[in-house]
Amino acid sequence: MQRQFVEIIVGLFVMVGLLALLFLSFNVSNINSATVSNPYQVSARFDNIGNLKVRAPVTMAGVRIGRVNEIRLDSASYQAQVVMDISGKYKKLPVDTSASINTQGLLGEQFVSLEPGGQQKYLKNGDRIRLTQSAVVLENLIGQLLFNNSQGANE
Amino acid sequence: MIIALRRIGAFSLSSLAATGRACILLLQMIVNLPAVVRRYELVIKQLYRAGVLTLPVIIVAALFVGMVLALQGYNTLVDFGAESSLGLLLALSLSRELGPVLAGLLFAGRAGAAMTAEIGLMKATEQLAGMEMMAVDPVWRVLLPRFLAGVISVPLLAILFTAVGIIGGYLLGVNILGVDQGVFWATMQQGVDFQQDVMNGLLKSLVFGVLISLIAVFMGYDTSPTPAGVSKATTLTVVLSSLGVLAMDFSLTSMMF
Repeated sequence: MQRQFVEIIVGLFVMVGLLALLFLSFNVSNINSATVSNPYQVSARFDNIGNLKVRAPVTMAGVRIGRVNEIRLDSASYQAQVVMDISGKYKKLPVDTSASINTQGLLGEQFVSLEPGGQQKYLKNGDRIRLTQSAVVLENLIGQLLFNNSQGANE
Repeated sequence: MIIALRRIGAFSLSSLAATGRACILLLQMIVNLPAVVRRYELVIKQLYRAGVLTLPVIIVAALFVGMVLALQGYNTLVDFGAESSLGLLLALSLSRELGPVLAGLLFAGRAGAAMTAEIGLMKATEQLAGMEMMAVDPVWRVLLPRFLAGVISVPLLAILFTAVGIIGGYLLGVNILGVDQGVFWATMQQGVDFQQDVMNGLLKSLVFGVLISLIAVFMGYDTSPTPAGVSKATTLTVVLSSLGVLAMDFSLTSMMF
């Protein structure tokens, strides 16, 4: 009787611990949103990717449809080659879709934003998005602003 | 001068020898693992005493730690208009550091000290010697179940500490301080990575579990069989395992993150 009680309590203890782990994995961390379901890959070349990181979200109209899979330097064009995993649920992206790198808020993380084009042909696995817009580097923007202001003052 | 030098030398040598004996004990316990798997009910009994009975302490401590973190974090973050990140702050600090470390420290004080005192007293009253006379190896009959129970309970307690702490912070942050509930969970889910944060925290607590249990079991087994010896061993268990957990936490953090 006594032994049975102890075993039940210990079983309860282990279950509560595992439940806590489950709670952490589903409610606290992003284990389920970290993977893209049956993805296909699309690449894009940018002149400057700013602070874009691997696993950054890829969005269209603000909805997350994929993640950045790989970032490397294309040694022929000296541009950044960004490979993205797009969820298989969103197969119909027009071939003239354009990609730009935006920032969440003023100082937030950077992500790739896709703007759909108008063509009837759709992007396939391994295709490249040709229309791209680089990340806005805040320092350059401020530099330009200061430069323009001082030019205006001279005239 | 010479006497001082000699004292330092003697202290170093004896601590080195103790470390060596602890390692030998660890190896002996690993060799005896299959024997204890066949008598798993010994481990379960110790799991009850070390793990389950530590549960109330862990839950109450975690609730308070979570609430204090939420209070302090909110007061600082609200200056920057960033109180929406409260959930992230709570989840990261608890899962990476506070959960494993505080659960380890509480376990060392609550269960580690008890293990040492019990084994030490068994040695002092020559129960261990009696077992050896009956050809029962005390390493697997007495030490190993306690060691295994510690190794299993500390990660479970650490995970529980993290979860309860987050719930405590949630109760205070959302219900009293007025952080939006959806934003609280959303920033948390966005910023916390399962592999990187939760799993590394779990790995940390596993290391702490091995460290604390080994120290507790070894100190009891290695004590000089007198009342003063047992009390000294108990003190040393708490001091050494607390310091060990904190030092190990630093080196693990520098490797992991």
